[in-house]
Amino acid sequence: MKRTRSSWERDTLAAALRKAPERDVAFTTVSDLPIERLYTSDDLEPGWDESEKLGYPGEFPYTRGIHPTMHRGRLWTMRQFAGFGSAADTNERFRYLLEHGQTGLSTAFDLPTLMGRDSDDAMARGEVGKEGVAVDTLEDMEILFGGIPLDQVSTSMTINAPAAVVFCMYLAVAERQGVPFAKLSGTLQNDILKEYIAQKEWIYPPRPSMRIITDLMAFCAREVPLWNTISISGYHIREAGSTAVQELAFTLADGIAYVEAGRAAGLDVDAFAPRLSYFFNSHNDFFEEIAKLRAGRRIWAHVMRDRFGAKNPRSWMMRFHTQTAGCSLTAQQPLNNVARVTIQALAAVLGGTQSLHTDSFDEALALPSQEAVTVALRTQQVIAEESGVTNTIDPLGGSYFVEALTDRVERDAMAYIEKIDEMGGMIAAIERGFPQKEIADASYHYQRQVDRGEKTIVGVNKHAVGETRRVDILKIDDEVERAQLARLAAVRARRDNAKLTRDLDALRRAAESGENLIPPMLACVRDYGSVQEISQALVPVFGTYREVSVL
Amino acid sequence: MTADRKLRLLVGKVGLDGHDRGAKIIARAFRDAGFEVIYTGLHQTPEMVVATAIQEDVDAVSLSILSGAHNYLFPRVIELLKERGASDIAVFGGGIIPDEDLAGLKAAGVLAIFTPGTSTEDVVAWVRANVAPRTLG
Repeated sequence: MKRTRSSWERDTLAAALRKAPERDVAFTTVSDLPIERLYTSDDLEPGWDESEKLGYPGEFPYTRGIHPTMHRGRLWTMRQFAGFGSAADTNERFRYLLEHGQTGLSTAFDLPTLMGRDSDDAMARGEVGKEGVAVDTLEDMEILFGGIPLDQVSTSMTINAPAAVVFCMYLAVAERQGVPFAKLSGTLQNDILKEYIAQKEWIYPPRPSMRIITDLMAFCAREVPLWNTISISGYHIREAGSTAVQELAFTLADGIAYVEAGRAAGLDVDAFAPRLSYFFNSHNDFFEEIAKLRAGRRIWAHVMRDRFGAKNPRSWMMRFHTQTAGCSLTAQQPLNNVARVTIQALAAVLGGTQSLHTDSFDEALALPSQEAVTVALRTQQVIAEESGVTNTIDPLGGSYFVEALTDRVERDAMAYIEKIDEMGGMIAAIERGFPQKEIADASYHYQRQVDRGEKTIVGVNKHAVGETRRVDILKIDDEVERAQLARLAAVRARRDNAKLTRDLDALRRAAESGENLIPPMLACVRDYGSVQEISQALVPVFGTYREVSVL
Repeated sequence: MTADRKLRLLVGKVGLDGHDRGAKIIARAFRDAGFEVIYTGLHQTPEMVVATAIQEDVDAVSLSILSGAHNYLFPRVIELLKERGASDIAVFGGGIIPDEDLAGLKAAGVLAIFTPGTSTEDVVAWVRANVAPRTLG
């Protein structure tokens, strides 16, 4: 006799439930999506069609992965984000990671640099070199990448508001090393929209910021063809407290805004879209994360092909970097974080990531120590080389649960994207505070669930013990700030200030006239203009931004 | 002004640090607990926070700092409050603050520091027990 779900429920399940009820009345993901007891083919949408929903690896809609061989062909890039203290300290960490098998560099800048402020600005007091490396002028970048041939590494730079300035510094370092721009590869985060949504590091208002980005896209399409011009980032949106669906939806809506801006600037979509990449968070809820990444690939493929008419399949592919969720790490029982990071990293790998940063177990306490960074990298190597999960492509594809969850995440994300379209696109939505409010609501909702014990954080609201936090952490000496100020003062005294003033004037005029900003910006950088001087040169034309705070 | 009036609390973000998840959560939790909340928004200087605190007659200033600059920013706010004759405004806060910095911050006059993993209910309970409405003279 053929067994059906209802006969199972009647004959077998009901008795079991009478004897022992389930642990909870409702099961949900960390983002509160409902999860059923069991998934069967009945849970797939009516008419669910494998060839339409999944396709094959390397083929539209890329649900199973963007490459025909995925991790059987090439493992993901193990890219640990690093940056602290002085440029020389970070340079030393870079060389350490390269010697230990890391294949790409990833640079963290300090807060003043991220905000376009020099180390000697009043607002920078106490923050120089604390959360990343301080970069004021080209000289700092020369030290940062000293002894690292730029044609042999791929470099990711996590910077947004002053991204174009710092990118010009990287180009200038390449010039000095004799490396042609066409040989440079790497990624600039350069995603200003998520700054207004989540990370809150801005200089100008959204619309002029988009102009700088489209200028950079146009410049790179011509001169630096291997460079990924924007890493459209959900990571910070999730860290700010969004759900998985919000992370995906707002990030894709940002991506749509960049494509629209590029087209409005007269660029052909296939000239720049292949150089857009994504950056996602991988949180604790294993299957939700995998579903998010699979759904994201499918949505982007449809958006690029069907909405924007892109012809080049590379424009359809959602390539992405993943980082494990810093916000999921606990200061309590910090070694538990190694387990969290392992689960999150595994989700990223099974979700088909192209590169991965694994967080260090001590990150809820301070900047990571060398030992913690090494364990984090080794975690990736264990997954890659011992676990066997890389032996086949998209091993979870076809799981009733994973496919149903992928479809659910896709539907919910599309509902947000449509809502944002109705508002007039992401910039208009940001100006109304829409994504900011949605995230604040989700974040508060989750915190209340944790406070009430409805969501568990092991070692914090369950299985907690009398706490002794004892791990060796990295501390940044205040000496870093003093030395950085001295170096900046020396550069200012040494450079040709009259020439720099002319460069800065030329940059401002370019902003007024609408010509591409990158060449005049590069001239300012070559003459050792600082991040703040160059950024501020555009303020008379572009203005500044102040957030309307929504609680 | 009666002693049982609502507590007025300033929730502030000082410095360049844009991590406002914690600040927003605690501001909402304070509001839900029945306190009056003034949220400064981002990128405030210590001077701006202190000016707001005095202008708004708050009973306490709470700062959320995740940038590593806590050893400069907390003492600076306390010093400025003192200069403005408002050292009876309680100062407390939260963020990613290493254990070894806690004693120094306490010595500088920070009444309490809540580190990650603290429930909002515990912070609210602490405020009820430790922050009293100021008697303005």
